Amino acid sequence: MATIREKQGAAHTRIMGVGGYAPSRVVTNEEVCTWIDSSDEWIRTRSGIETRRWATPEETVLEMSVEAAGKALAAAGVHGDQLGAVIVSTVSHMHQTPALACLVADRLGTNGAAFDISAGCAGFCYGVAQASDMVKAGSAEYVLVVGVERLSDLTDVQDRGTAFLFGDGAGAVVIGPSDTPGIGPVVWGSEGDKYGTITQTYPWNEVPEPEEEGSEVRGPFLRMEGQAVFRWASYQMAEVSLKALAEAGVTAGDLDAFIPHQANMRITDRLVKVLGLPEHVPVARTIAEFGNNSAATIPLAMERMLEDGSAPHGGLALLIGFGAGLVYAAQVVTLP
Amino acid sequence: MALTQEEILADLAEIVEEVAGVDKEEVQLDKSFTGDLDVDSLTMVEVVVAAEEKFGVKIPDDAVKDLSTVGDAVSYIEKNQAA
Repeated sequence: MATIREKQGAAHTRIMGVGGYAPSRVVTNEEVCTWIDSSDEWIRTRSGIETRRWATPEETVLEMSVEAAGKALAAAGVHGDQLGAVIVSTVSHMHQTPALACLVADRLGTNGAAFDISAGCAGFCYGVAQASDMVKAGSAEYVLVVGVERLSDLTDVQDRGTAFLFGDGAGAVVIGPSDTPGIGPVVWGSEGDKYGTITQTYPWNEVPEPEEEGSEVRGPFLRMEGQAVFRWASYQMAEVSLKALAEAGVTAGDLDAFIPHQANMRITDRLVKVLGLPEHVPVARTIAEFGNNSAATIPLAMERMLEDGSAPHGGLALLIGFGAGLVYAAQVVTLP
Repeated sequence: MALTQEEILADLAEIVEEVAGVDKEEVQLDKSFTGDLDVDSLTMVEVVVAAEEKFGVKIPDDAVKDLSTVGDAVSYIEKNQAA
């Protein structure tokens, strides 16, 4: 009987280039306070958010993805037609099928494999892990990972707990072969017993009856149990971060950047504290400007830190994404 | 040995002072965390996690919602502390 021939890919992988797209509309806390009974000070102390970006109708998930991807490809020195796969992480492409990734791949000029993943705010780190493994397995030489969201479409502007939190945007990286290790082992998992802590108010196929005849049915929207999510993200994700460091064989002091998902500045502060991160390690805090745009926060922050010089090219960064599921993923990477 | 109500209050007051920056003298049984002590919902989680460690009790998310006053928290810890 014939045996199947297997394929071997690259021994090591790295992030070759990063690109981001922040949509044009700046939504201030003052504007948010016209929707909910709150104040600039309340929002800042609870979340660290000063402004968030919301997309215009023209800034679709596709257009934002293509913009971010174009920058990542240029930075990587890779052409679109060289991409063997395109992975898009999103919860706000409003079609269950077909995948947004197919449209992105087409616009970039590749017929490579293309698919979306649903891992909420952990989606970018899930994509990086998957892409790295694909390059190592020889399934693709270059893989594009995009995190893109228009959470404004899923935000209930009347919900005091989340109206101020969410934003829109896109970030992308190109992952390819490397001479030296550039992407550490992923530490990831799910806690489905906490499925109900971040939810969509109703499924797409079950639009509820209006409360009163003739009244509008609003949503579906994202809902969150703030305290439960805060506890999980601030304490358990610190343990996951430490595991990712240990698996990569580096210590917190070796890091040149800490880039956690930008969920809430208070979560970031707690993580830094629990991790015992030395003061010299720069920490991503782009939530102040961009809000929480889920799968896009980490690549957007990475691009920003490289651009403003707070993190060095070639430096070591700890990434951790966590969110709806609940799901999480963390890995140490070399910055492009 | 189980701690008395007074001992729990004293330790909890220290936690609230450290985590939330509230003077521990202010932390009295009848004080409400949000209304009187200005401890917001996320800081409350930090107080709870520190209390779990200090007193060796489990305070699940569902229980946190019912702890509106310092007295509620002290009673909960008193009832649930390891014998």
